[in-house]
Amino acid sequence: MAGFIAYRLLYVLPISIGVSLICFALTYMAPGDPASSIIPDDASPEVAAQIRAAYGFDRPLPIQYLLWLWRVLSGDFGVSLSTGRPVTDEVIPAMMNTLSLAGGGALLAAFVGITLGTLAAYRNGRLSDRAISAVGIAGMSVPQYWLAMVMVAIFAVELGVLPASGMGQPGDDFGRTLSFYVLPILTLATVPAGIIARSVRSTVSETLQQEFVQALEAKGLPAWRIFLHVAKNAAGPALAVIGLQFANLLGGSILVETVFSWPGTGFLLNAAIFMRDLPVMQATVLLLAMFFIVANLLVDILQMLFDPRVKSARRG
Amino acid sequence: MSVSNAIDQPAVRPAAARNIARTFWQTLGRRLRRDPVSILCFGFLVAIVLMALFAPWIAPADPYQVNMLQRLQPPGTEGFILGTDELGRDLLSRLMYGARMSLFMGLAPVFIATIIGGTLGVVAGYAGGWVNTAIMRVMDVFYAFPSVLLAVAISGSLGGGVRNGLIALSLVFTPSIARVAESVTVQVRTQDYVEAARATGAPAWRILMTHVLRNVAGTIFVFSTSLVSVSIIIASGLSFLGLGVSLPEAEWGMMLSSMRQSVYLAPLNSVLPGVMIFVTSVSLNLLSDGIRSAMNVKG
Repeated sequence: MAGFIAYRLLYVLPISIGVSLICFALTYMAPGDPASSIIPDDASPEVAAQIRAAYGFDRPLPIQYLLWLWRVLSGDFGVSLSTGRPVTDEVIPAMMNTLSLAGGGALLAAFVGITLGTLAAYRNGRLSDRAISAVGIAGMSVPQYWLAMVMVAIFAVELGVLPASGMGQPGDDFGRTLSFYVLPILTLATVPAGIIARSVRSTVSETLQQEFVQALEAKGLPAWRIFLHVAKNAAGPALAVIGLQFANLLGGSILVETVFSWPGTGFLLNAAIFMRDLPVMQATVLLLAMFFIVANLLVDILQMLFDPRVKSARRG
Repeated sequence: MSVSNAIDQPAVRPAAARNIARTFWQTLGRRLRRDPVSILCFGFLVAIVLMALFAPWIAPADPYQVNMLQRLQPPGTEGFILGTDELGRDLLSRLMYGARMSLFMGLAPVFIATIIGGTLGVVAGYAGGWVNTAIMRVMDVFYAFPSVLLAVAISGSLGGGVRNGLIALSLVFTPSIARVAESVTVQVRTQDYVEAARATGAPAWRILMTHVLRNVAGTIFVFSTSLVSVSIIIASGLSFLGLGVSLPEAEWGMMLSSMRQSVYLAPLNSVLPGVMIFVTSVSLNLLSDGIRSAMNVKG
């Protein structure tokens, strides 16, 4: 078991290097010269060359990559081209805002998904099972940015009970601050809730068909205690799906944050793309991807703690 | 396994493989015909495709005709069956024309990714060794990004537009298809008929084309179909962010984006393009579910 964890931890290293290479390459995929967004249009060739040298754009690519990586590892992502502030000052608060949304969304999705999925598995094939499965499919298929607009149309425009966008003012009381979270979290939770419900349904119904459940029934164990056994067996796969969905929310909230003008990483990334603010773009993508890698790592390790059999399946 | 057996009947094996391949599609067709939900979804999707193909002939109005006096007319207004958008353009016509680009952006990236990812996965799975390691570890790196983030980051740095969106989405789907292709190929590679073919001295490319590909194509196809709805949603999302098609082109995600502010004035009109994305995506998911359960694929 320790061997698997060590292997899994070590594997993060090459993947992270690959991810950093892609993030570095993003700058060079952009049409034109990466320095062109910094150099003023009327700059003379000499001034332009000086600016290039100052940013290190005149060095060979591998050297540029290593220098960039070294600075990133020491926590320096450079300076935002549009605001002139250090990129870290822009990205870290945005990251916090995204994490609070994604965390809330994942919690809500896990609660709803597990409840509906378990109910559906126990009502196998009956009308309520079909209804829950239909809700699951609908939840999976909905475009989140559209759902966000529908939420705004219903709760902010028609009913006028919840704020449509932003995070409120710093001086707002707790209830008011909380109200800004409601619509984005509801929107974010819908798709993962559908996916979790479907997955939990299939895991629980498979577990229910296993022989040990029949043995427990024959033994005369009350239904709720049998459920505890079932839950223990279904927990591993369910956890894996929930973890993956949380990780996906980190990257998937880009569109939802844009609709709700939520000052998170998605909003920041979107703005950075249109301002061609490459340092901010690189930092945001890199940080989100690193969170994604760590979340996946934790899921794998937790899943293995729940079910050591996973180890052999994953490594093989 | 016995080598002599394989040499005795070299001609029989490829024929048998072809039969298996043919029965896969036949079984799929036969089983789907018995599933009313799949038939309904298939019919609906055919209708959407026909609507997209024949948009210029069946659309009631010019989708680009701006009419500032008739902005945001509610559905059912005289002359505008589904009302008008924020520039007074006929919504029904725009939805019909929009289907063209939205469907294209759903199907094309998955098609490209199936070819590239399928090839990479089959080669990696069949070759094994360092080739497998090299291909699959590179795929792992792309897999380490949340899919929406990767799509936005790549198409954003390439500068947006349909072509770049296509590149970005194809890159997003390639690794997952390669993974599926690799794992089925590894299973097929050790089958007796492949060993037999190898024993007869058949070149690797022919074994790949006749024995391996025919037997892994079904599984890859089933997996790829489940990605089409994701592709439509992410592609519309790119347009929604302004990274997809350019104005004034009609595309569902773009239409949603351009009417975002109108949600306060005419909520019903503004959410209509999203209804199209949603309904199409539900049908695709239900159909892909039907295909999965027809072919007994778990997940």
